[in-house]
Amino acid sequence: MTPATLIPIPYTWILSLSAVLFVIGTIGVLLRRNGIAIFLSLEIMLNSANLAFVAFALEFAARRGVAVALTGQLFVFFIIGIAAAEAAVGLALFIALHRLKETIDVDRFNILRW
Amino acid sequence: MVTYVFLVAALLAVVFSLVTIAHRSPVVNVLSLAIVFFALSAIYAMVGMDFLAAIQLIVYAGAVLVLFLFVIMLLNIRSVERLGSGRPLQAALGAAAAIAIGVAIILVIARQSPSFGSLLPDTGKGTAYSIGRALMTTHLFPFEFVSVLLLAALVGALVLARKEER
Repeated sequence: MTPATLIPIPYTWILSLSAVLFVIGTIGVLLRRNGIAIFLSLEIMLNSANLAFVAFALEFAARRGVAVALTGQLFVFFIIGIAAAEAAVGLALFIALHRLKETIDVDRFNILRW
Repeated sequence: MVTYVFLVAALLAVVFSLVTIAHRSPVVNVLSLAIVFFALSAIYAMVGMDFLAAIQLIVYAGAVLVLFLFVIMLLNIRSVERLGSGRPLQAALGAAAAIAIGVAIILVIARQSPSFGSLLPDTGKGTAYSIGRALMTTHLFPFEFVSVLLLAALVGALVLARKEER
């Protein structure tokens, strides 16, 4: 086993990038009205969460002195699987809604309102 | 060197995620999101998580974004609204709330003790070996549960998207 080497990136930098991406994704979700664009912004937010998991895994490994930061990577793995499932179901929902109203503008959908 | 690669990847990720949320064409949105995923994959690879970098590209850029492109093509979406058009007050409030959340997160991060640099998780075998071992031993239940979840999503997507016969 080769010894672990230090990389010169503080984990706070990766966390800051994750926060910036999360804010961009939040703005997209709040300000777009096209359903596909909202989903894309949601993917940005999920990826920023993944990046935060990676940053914390690196810092955990550095503080504990272990060679492999495993749990954080497993979380990212499961989040990627769940994001794939979410994208499939969400896009199927938008196909069904498009069939109903000929649009995917989320402002036009008030069919659950009474 | 690693620092510069990280900064370039971070810059690419931020710029192209802004393009993703702001551009009017949905195809441009999806393709710029692909660049964001490539940049994040570069960061994962740089800190030594080679397996994550690979599945980031294979699953996200290879599968999820192609699914998005297919749906855009299928629904023939052309006219898309501008970012925050129509309701300027709500758009301003939403952007302000999101930026306030971001400022709060950055403040918390800035209070962290400055780190001395992270460890490169280097086992000499890459991370795929240890991740595969963990998935089959200690994390077997969530692994199997994700496969059930994917099956449920598959069936649900089929049921939702199929044409109703009446």
